Amino acid sequence: MHRFANPNRFLKLANAILPWAAGLTVILTLAGLYYALVASPEDYQQGATVRIMYVHVPAAWMALFVYTAIAVASAVALIWKHPVSDLFAKASAPVGAAFTFIALVTGALWGKPMWGTWWVWDARLTSMLILFFLYLGHMALMNAFDDPQRGYKAAAVLALVGVVNVPIIKFSVDWWNTLHQPASVARMDGPAIDPAMLTPLFLMAFAFKAYYITVALLRMRGEIAEAKVRAISMSQVHG
Amino acid sequence: MSGFLAVVRRDLRLALRQGSDSMMVVTFFVLTVVLFPFGIGPEPGILERVAAGVLWVTALLASMLSLDRLFQTDYEDGSLDLITRSPQPLSVLVLGKVAAHWLTTGLPLLAAAPLLAVLLNMNADGFGVLVVAFALGTPTLSLIGAVGAALVLGARRGGVLLSLLVLPLYIPVLVFGVSAVDAAIMDLPFKAQLLILGGFLLGAAALCPWATAAALRQAVE
Repeated sequence: MHRFANPNRFLKLANAILPWAAGLTVILTLAGLYYALVASPEDYQQGATVRIMYVHVPAAWMALFVYTAIAVASAVALIWKHPVSDLFAKASAPVGAAFTFIALVTGALWGKPMWGTWWVWDARLTSMLILFFLYLGHMALMNAFDDPQRGYKAAAVLALVGVVNVPIIKFSVDWWNTLHQPASVARMDGPAIDPAMLTPLFLMAFAFKAYYITVALLRMRGEIAEAKVRAISMSQVHG
Repeated sequence: MSGFLAVVRRDLRLALRQGSDSMMVVTFFVLTVVLFPFGIGPEPGILERVAAGVLWVTALLASMLSLDRLFQTDYEDGSLDLITRSPQPLSVLVLGKVAAHWLTTGLPLLAAAPLLAVLLNMNADGFGVLVVAFALGTPTLSLIGAVGAALVLGARRGGVLLSLLVLPLYIPVLVFGVSAVDAAIMDLPFKAQLLILGGFLLGAAALCPWATAAALRQAVE
């Protein structure tokens, strides 16, 4: 791990991985979309709207996965003062927020035909919304300081506080929901998922993961370049 | 322990001499609650139904209002540098600052809450539980808020940022605080909610000073 604390060594690795990750993203997305939109059966109750699931569910998985990844990177950054994991956390946050947003929007689009309403204060929807706000807070704190190092460290502490809180929030929202809303909403967990639907679901899930790796590496490369530019212009100012 | 008491005594003395802060918080609390009947209408039935929620949400906002002052003045005049370099464990000193913050803001809210509950036409069965829930919940709010306040030290637009950081973390306290009071009004068992609020308080008291100390150390670096 410490081998890649050197940005240049990391860049070499990133450049080697990037084409593979990008290619994998394209192939998996195309295959996943084919299975999701063409080759998979319609649901006997939901009809073609069930295809929203192939975007919605992987996005929701990624929303949680990216937050966990940020928390792990933050712990690494705070414990070992690892500079590249700071960059990783910074590069990941907007991607995770975007996945959360996609999960929320597709959830709303799916809810309209199925439940008859864009939004219900369902436990899962609500906790996803809160996760979105946690992402926004993390990004805002990261960019709130003149000195980027302060932003990294403050955001890292926040991510760790957040990751302790996510299960607590999830559990309180579940409790709140069962108190306020007896099961009036049609639940999604009807019959077990058909294997023909699992194929596109997993293909899309891996496509999203490959996309995340690609974008995170690209953004980290950009961050390293920006740090270099900053260092050069600082050295010119101080001459 | 001596460090803890010294910090509490110092902050209380500062608060007493400057005076205005805790009055402002209570005034904000009272005023905002008074706005609600204007917004949703004066029918006693509706007010009774929303009373617990309104009181809790407003208390959340009020206690957040005073948070950015928690470390800001110390940060500006340099006493934070001395506090972080003191031989006493920083988390204990942080706990002292949080205790002083709660005594000057949480405690007045606790005193004002039953009065406002009367104004909102809350059933008298809920008063006792309301006070107990506030007594358990508001210190948790101060503890969680201290982490946020330490994180935004020196940030641009710290006050707005603070609300974005802290409010999502307040949700569990809100959920169980409201549900305890509602359960008491509806004659249902409310012990579990109060125990969970107590659990939150203990958990926050154990973890938050530690996280706050980490945030303060990187702020004065």
